[in-house]
Formats: sequence, C-alpha cells, structure tokens
Amino acid sequence: MSVDAKVKGIISDQLEVAVEKLSMETTFEDIDADSLDIVELVMALEEEFDLEISDQEIENIKTVGDVIKYIESQV
Amino acid sequence: MSVKSNNPYSTIITGTGSAAPDRVLTNRDLENMVETSDEWIVSRTGIRERRILDRAFSAVDLSEQAARAALEAAGLSPEDVDLIIVATVTPDHPTPSNACLLQARLQANRAAAMDISAGCTGFTYALTTAHQFVCGGSCRNALVVGTEVLTRVTDWEDRGTCVLFGDGSGAVVLQPAPEGRGLIDYTLRSDGRGAELLLIPAGGSAMPATAETVAQRLHTVKMNGNEIFKFAARVVEESLQELLQGNGFQPSDLKALFLHQANLRIIEHIRKRLKLKPENVPVNIDRYGNTSSASIPILLDEEVRAGRITEGDLVSMIAFGAGLTWGGVLMRW
Repeated sequence: MSVDAKVKGIISDQLEVAVEKLSMETTFEDIDADSLDIVELVMALEEEFDLEISDQEIENIKTVGDVIKYIESQV
Repeated sequence: MSVKSNNPYSTIITGTGSAAPDRVLTNRDLENMVETSDEWIVSRTGIRERRILDRAFSAVDLSEQAARAALEAAGLSPEDVDLIIVATVTPDHPTPSNACLLQARLQANRAAAMDISAGCTGFTYALTTAHQFVCGGSCRNALVVGTEVLTRVTDWEDRGTCVLFGDGSGAVVLQPAPEGRGLIDYTLRSDGRGAELLLIPAGGSAMPATAETVAQRLHTVKMNGNEIFKFAARVVEESLQELLQGNGFQPSDLKALFLHQANLRIIEHIRKRLKLKPENVPVNIDRYGNTSSASIPILLDEEVRAGRITEGDLVSMIAFGAGLTWGGVLMRW
C-alpha cells in the first residue's frame, strides 16, 4: 500500500472521517480536528511508520498533504 | 526501579478516605475569568467543574479530613499509625513536611512522617514506599495520603492551564495482607530529562521568590500539554502491560483501572487501546479536574464506598506526571 493510502487510512480511522472526503488540500480544521486529535494522529503515524515526529513538525502540519509529504520524506 | 515482591508477606489497603473543598468552580464561572468556553474545556479535557479551597484553609486541612475517614474505615485510631507518607507538590510550607503537620493534627505521635515529591505520580510513589516499610516488618499501620491545593499554583491568566486543576485529598491505610490478597506487583519509573515539560519555575533555590518572579507569575504551573499527552499515553500503556503480562494477566482481568485523572482524552485513548469497558475505567475528572497526587486516592475512595470494588477484585492504579515520573501498582483487593 502506498504512503498516501496508508496515511489517509489512519487519518480516516483516527478522526472518524470517510477516506473519500480526504484530499491533499483538506485541512484539519475542515474536518474539525483539534490539537489533541492531531497529537493522537501523530502517535498513530509514529507507530505505523516507526518514526518520531517532533513538536515543531506538528506545528507545520495543516493539511492532509502536509502529513503525506512529511512521511514520504522520512521513509 | 521495578521489584517483584517474592516475599509472601504483602500489603493491602484496609481503609480509604477523601476530602474536597465545598466551593465549586464551574466552566461557566471560568468563562467570566478568561477567554474560554464550557464547550472548549469539556471537549478537550472532559472537565466540567473543579473544587477550590477557601483561602482560610491549606493542604493539611484537606489531608486531615481524608486521613480521618481512611482511619475510621480501617478501624484504626491515630495512635495505631506508625508511618505517615504524604505525597504533595503543594505543601503548606517548604519545610517542615505536610506529613508532620498532619501527624500533629491527628496526634499520631508514634509515627514517622515524611513527604514525597513525585508530581502527579506522588501517591503511587508514596504507596509503594509504604509497602516497603510494611513488608520489611518495621511498620504495621501506614497512612498514605495524596493532597493538593493546585489552585494556589495556577496561573489564572493562562487559559491553557487554569481550566485543568483542582484541589482535593485522598488517603489510604496500608497493612500486612492476608495470603492471596494485596499488592501483587508495582513499577516505578522516572526520566529527569523531561523536567522542563511540566514545572513550577520559581519559589525554590534556583529562583527564590522576588517581587519580579511574582509579577511574572513564575510560581505557577507551566506545562507543554502536547508533549505530556504523548508521554502519558505511551507510559501508561507500557506500565500497565508490564504489570499485567509480568504476572500472567490480561487487561480484561481487571475489575478496575484507576488512571491518574489528568485529561479525559488520555483516559479514553488508553481505554480504547486496551479494549476496556467504561465500567472498568472509573472517571471523576468531570467533577474534580486534575488534582495531581490526590486524583487516584479520591477516585479509589469513591469506588470503594460505592461498593464497586470488593474482596478478590483485581485492580490497578497507574499515574504519570512532573519529573517526569510514572508508575503503577497491581493488587488483589
């Protein structure tokens, strides 16, 4: 499975939103995710991809595309 | 430090008690103090109200009330007590210890008394410390108390933290256990590299109180919430799995998992990861907020008095907090 599909699957699971609603431009604000939702999402991503995402990097994550690009740069 | 007790001689909680101030501060009240909303606080923390201790009282007043209730439940009088350990980050004074002040109130004149500082894990540290003394045979009736007046070290202008904290006290009596019951195992951990994530900068020898430190509100709790959330979610699960797997149990064997009441979102995160039912993970953060080292003994007292914990139940308590510190106990009630 591609990073793209995996990340969208995790976002969909964690934030209870349909995969079809997620595009690269979708912001976390669009899907009503607050800061703790994003922390939980980051934890799920760290577990799945076996990496660590720092607090500063979390600050830069605004859209689904930001997450995918970041993960792709790390794996 | 993690020691499995091979000694058949273990300890058991024979009485619980708790105390909270009468004054309730609701989220609506907070809306008038800082820019926040009931909806924001509830959705991010699960807290609806917290208790605030009136200025005329201090930590020792709360702990006296909780301790007397625990002693009564255990059928002991104060002169029976030979060890008093109070866990607190908000003692009445830098010195002497709150345990000594409590001893004087109770007239428990036979006891050795000391405080333990381990942040929100304080009660777990105090309980396992008392366990050593009782198992070692030097003491038979230990009084273990978690007491906090966090609203005295809260920055009421910081809307990110002032909504979180509350005041309260919980106490237990720890005695030698009959065979087959009592404390099975415990785990205690610390990581001082995370000291900056949750601290009160001023008021100690590093930054003594001056007019300036007071003006800058450096005597209040500063916290990196996101990092603490990640830390808590990780270490609670690790500690619990260590205790359960190390002793041949599954999460589903637990009658009750008493988690430090810091944030409902952390509690729910753990509960879902471990596939536990809500009835096995009691919660009272909605009514008290985060009371640091008092949160687990208050919750325990409520569950015991409601008759939801009875002889033979497998229970665990897991806490995490400033230090960083974390740890837990596994016991057969």
